[in-house]
Amino acid sequence: MSLSVSVTINGAPHAIELDDPRVTLLDLLRERLELTGAKKGCDRGQCGACTVLVGGRRVNSCLTLALSLDGSEVITIEGLASGDALHPVQAAFIEHDGFQCGFCTPGQIMSAVGLIAEGHAGDDPERIRELMSGNLCRCGAYKGITEAVLEVQRAQQTGNRKDAA
Amino acid sequence: MNRFDYIQPKSVNEAIAAASAPGSTYLAAGTNLLDLMKIGVSTPARIIDITRLPGLDEINWLPDGGVRIGALVRNSDLAYDVRFSRTFPSVAEALLSGASAQLRNAATVSGNLMQRTRCAYFQDLASACNRRKPGSGCDARGGENRLHAVLGWSEHCIATHPSDFCVPLVALDAVVEVEGPHGARDIALEALHALPGATPERETTLQPGELILAVRLPAQATVYAGHTRYLKLRERTSYAFGVVSAAAALEMSGGTIRTARIALGGIAAKPWRARAAEAMLENVKPTPEAFAKAAELALVDARPSGDNAFKIALARNIVVRTLTLAHDGTPKDMPALPASPFAATPGTSHAG
Amino acid sequence: MPADLKPAAPVQLRHGSNAGQPQTRRDGLLKVTGRATYAADNHLEGMLYAVTAVSRIARGRVTSLDVDAAKAHAAVVEVLTPENCPRLAHDPDVKMPYFGFRIEVLQNDNVRYVNQPIALVIAETLEAAIEGAALLNPQYAEEPARTGLDNGEHFAAAAVGVGGPPRTAHGDIDRGFAAAKHVTEADYVTPAQYHNAMEPHAVVAQWDGDHLTLDMPNQALVLSCAGYAAYFGIPRENVLIRSPFLGGGFGSKAIINGPQILAIIAARMMKRPVKLALSRSQMYGPVGHRGQTWQKLRIGTDADGRLTALQHSTISATSSFDEFLESASNASLPLYDSPAIVSEHVGVRLDIGTPGPMRAPGEASGSAALEAAIDVAADACGMDPLEFRLKNYAETEPGTGRPFSSKALRECYTKGAKTFGWAARPLKPRQMRDDNGLLVGWGVGTAVFHCPHFPTAARATLRADGTALIETAGADMGQGAWTALAQIGAEALGLDPSKVEISIGVSSLPDGGVAGGSGHTASAGMSLHSAGKDAISQLTDIAVADPESPLFGAGNIGVVARDGRLYRSDDDNRGESYANILARAGRADVVGTAKAMRDPAIAEKHALFSHGAVFAEVKVDPDLGQVRVTRMVGAFAAGRIINPQLVRSQYFGGMIWGISFALLEEAITDKRTGRIMNADFAEYHVPVNADVPSLEAILIPESDPYLPLGVKGVGEIGITGTVGAIANAIWHATGVRARRFPIRIEDLVGGLLSVDVP
Repeated sequence: MSLSVSVTINGAPHAIELDDPRVTLLDLLRERLELTGAKKGCDRGQCGACTVLVGGRRVNSCLTLALSLDGSEVITIEGLASGDALHPVQAAFIEHDGFQCGFCTPGQIMSAVGLIAEGHAGDDPERIRELMSGNLCRCGAYKGITEAVLEVQRAQQTGNRKDAA
Repeated sequence: MNRFDYIQPKSVNEAIAAASAPGSTYLAAGTNLLDLMKIGVSTPARIIDITRLPGLDEINWLPDGGVRIGALVRNSDLAYDVRFSRTFPSVAEALLSGASAQLRNAATVSGNLMQRTRCAYFQDLASACNRRKPGSGCDARGGENRLHAVLGWSEHCIATHPSDFCVPLVALDAVVEVEGPHGARDIALEALHALPGATPERETTLQPGELILAVRLPAQATVYAGHTRYLKLRERTSYAFGVVSAAAALEMSGGTIRTARIALGGIAAKPWRARAAEAMLENVKPTPEAFAKAAELALVDARPSGDNAFKIALARNIVVRTLTLAHDGTPKDMPALPASPFAATPGTSHAG
Repeated sequence: MPADLKPAAPVQLRHGSNAGQPQTRRDGLLKVTGRATYAADNHLEGMLYAVTAVSRIARGRVTSLDVDAAKAHAAVVEVLTPENCPRLAHDPDVKMPYFGFRIEVLQNDNVRYVNQPIALVIAETLEAAIEGAALLNPQYAEEPARTGLDNGEHFAAAAVGVGGPPRTAHGDIDRGFAAAKHVTEADYVTPAQYHNAMEPHAVVAQWDGDHLTLDMPNQALVLSCAGYAAYFGIPRENVLIRSPFLGGGFGSKAIINGPQILAIIAARMMKRPVKLALSRSQMYGPVGHRGQTWQKLRIGTDADGRLTALQHSTISATSSFDEFLESASNASLPLYDSPAIVSEHVGVRLDIGTPGPMRAPGEASGSAALEAAIDVAADACGMDPLEFRLKNYAETEPGTGRPFSSKALRECYTKGAKTFGWAARPLKPRQMRDDNGLLVGWGVGTAVFHCPHFPTAARATLRADGTALIETAGADMGQGAWTALAQIGAEALGLDPSKVEISIGVSSLPDGGVAGGSGHTASAGMSLHSAGKDAISQLTDIAVADPESPLFGAGNIGVVARDGRLYRSDDDNRGESYANILARAGRADVVGTAKAMRDPAIAEKHALFSHGAVFAEVKVDPDLGQVRVTRMVGAFAAGRIINPQLVRSQYFGGMIWGISFALLEEAITDKRTGRIMNADFAEYHVPVNADVPSLEAILIPESDPYLPLGVKGVGEIGITGTVGAIANAIWHATGVRARRFPIRIEDLVGGLLSVDVP
């Protein structure tokens, strides 16, 4: 049984030899690669704090076996900003106070980035709320979260319209 | 989680051969299996990761207008497939009402079919559960069972099947294509999940080693596209399993129902097809009285398995409502809150 | 990299303003980039992983554990059980002074509740530790579990909440009821609720000789050091706790719990750092919860709709071995004017983990019942619920007659009602539907929360370069201490906040008190303010004594500190920068210090409360009973507001907790076994984003002349009032009165089918 896996994480290739087949993507990131941005809130796909992008899609890293990811591309919260330049979603979360304790925030932000890429919400706040409902926030920062996603969506739509013109 | 052997087969045949070893389990996205392994309910000795099997992640339209959905098509990819959601809108709506966007991005068609009950006693290793450990008893009986089954349950098990996706699929006569050590066969989805009877541990009619390759929806099911809905009653607005749910589909001819399809979710160990109610609605006018009578028929055999008599009334009400919404017409766009009572503007289009 | 991940322009953080301004969070950048370090993010060289095995019975003894099976699992290095667990220096069954609870740390094989730690497995990897714990296969000698009112042991409580009296009475209650035209009686049950901070309790423990370093989320840093020191028999200064960020606390991280102690024991035994993080399900037991209550309200009203008597009686659940009783009835003491008020409590012992303070402890449960019952009383009088509340408005504290230090509740009612559109509300229920036929209802609830104060200390250092460092061992669990405390310190120092560095979250700093009771900003803020003033005073002494300073000799006239400069109070043209003053004096810095505690006379002479009014709109499906809170407006008066953006977020959070209390949260216990059957996030529901379509918080200006800095507190008040407002809105939509929380679908469907309202 081969326990080696090649994964690109935040643009950097990793050839990983695992000593254990049970390692989830979340625990790989947190305990073995020291990428602790993704958080463990439930470890069972029930809270969204561990959300990362795999192949550009948002998923719960706690329910993903690291071994099954051979050849995949993973982006975590650590890979979102470009140097000092925040991703627009990150900036909007600060501006709209889309968090309090901050523990769910990496998951919320990765989820929002995934949501925007999926393109099913438009600038309808109700659709944003529904499609952000896989990320629990116990502090109750939902209003700011929705406003932050909405702002980025609208800015992007405006940008797209300008591009088209 | 116990340690296991991990195998990534290159072909269906290789996968099936690998599964002949005792203690083997197929792994798709793992959104249910890994969870169950973490809490010790599933303890496979060998994991056969089928996610890399070629050709199982396609949606193929059949010459007769039906569709074949590969076992590994992700829930979100199917729900957002434009032709699929236009042709089978209640199936798309059911998919989008399940779990979260993240889970739908991972979860597969076959995984959704194979998901296990959410019964807390099934998940709690310290509790007696005939489904998990045959012969140990059923602690859900006499326990906290307000959300348990009201149809098709037995003294041995009162668990429900949690899937949303399967509910409209069963209503629309979906067929499951499987392949196993003894060859390929088709199983009507309605016959895939087993009622508990005296053997609740037999959750499906799959034989050992059999692998789901695809789900087919027949061409006949496309006649309902204009009049079909899925509605799901939840304890919070989203990201919750259903208390009760229903799929309804009407084939209208003039002002009369030609044929009807009805299935219920969250009330039995399988998605529950209400055939007597369907038959009653054939060639009748879509009146509130007719829908109420259909709902009565759908629940005629229901009885509480615990503190859950209210689910019977709710199930009746949701059948009436879903039929009413289906009759009003499938919304032009997917509601912002799919399958929610708070998104049910009858027959009107939703901003999208 | 996908197109949408292209770099954006750097975000502009607004640091250009002072206290009272809506600055964004200072810790925002770290939190949105994943660089904010929570306890379990720490990874030390040679670190081991520890995982607890927990009991699945509620009462009895562990008779065997398969330690060999666990040890045989690859990478497991040790298993801690009562057989090999070292004895502690402090008996964990003896309560530690100040907020200590009895805890379980493998000192014996007794089991007193489900999910109690019964062993600790230590391994080289997390995966092995988890599986090792699963392999222990515990066997028990089980005794019947006491799980409800009927089989629990009732007792007369010595205290409720944190040392409060179990009974308070004003006036003659019998006479009050005798004088009443209507007597409203209503019973309410509130469930066990679990804090469920998003961050599970975690610790990374590390020993260096007899020095202990703990990375852990902690709401009470300095207090906790004393506790850990006592358990391990070391001087308190040998304990260092680092808690720069807490992933939520809500009261559960202010208390020393068993599991963290076990990790510390393991680290000492193994002579290696140990990380332990509880799983979500393991948090339903050893780390506190909001205890269950059974409440009865009796409200007497006269013909004019005035209260003649208010009696609030509560049975509060606690554990079989320790006490924390929800002081629910006390919610009826400060709010409505009544000639007679009784608040009383008794306890019932169950086989559960000991409850503890959870966001608005006592107030949340009590307010839920009181505000729902007040509406029943208003209805009995045929009055609009808001009018009824105004009619019974307390101008002074009921019973005592003490003046409120400040009270802008009337403005909260008025402004909230106007914004919400309350005037259009029909008096009777079931009068409103939306376009889709959903029932619509509006409800109101009054919010109230007291203003506790903790002794604190702080240090403020003015540095030669004109910047400052302010320090206190405060804790930011999300409320925004990093930002708001910096604003307070900057103001006292006369500096722009961007010139002020703040250090909190480490126990070696001056004692910042407890981040709890909605009192942290006022308490830690007071000492930061005083320390800042002390530093300025020292600087002033230097300047006025320095003949070369333009401030020379200004000692009698006085100086003011502003924008990094001292000015003569009588002449804005005569001033000098801090940097100049220090440079000429050859000083690297001046260090101001302060210990601060609110003058107890303030609380003796005044009633100290924040107030608010919450208005809620619900929609209810008439056939299916599903509920959605479609709109909420809360208007709150809480003294001086340091940072309106952060305060608004606190109110939103509290109001969302109110939604949760009213409609979602409940630990479901199997009555036969005491096992919590929904100890996860899938079935123990907390609100999701889609549950919160529209929230508005109005900040009512309120100036308090008595409280230090004029600051009250905002962390907990949002949950009070909201629960009642929602329950009342549901009645208004459906005609069904809530009698238990959360309000369930079947309560409404059953009621909807049986209630006959035209």
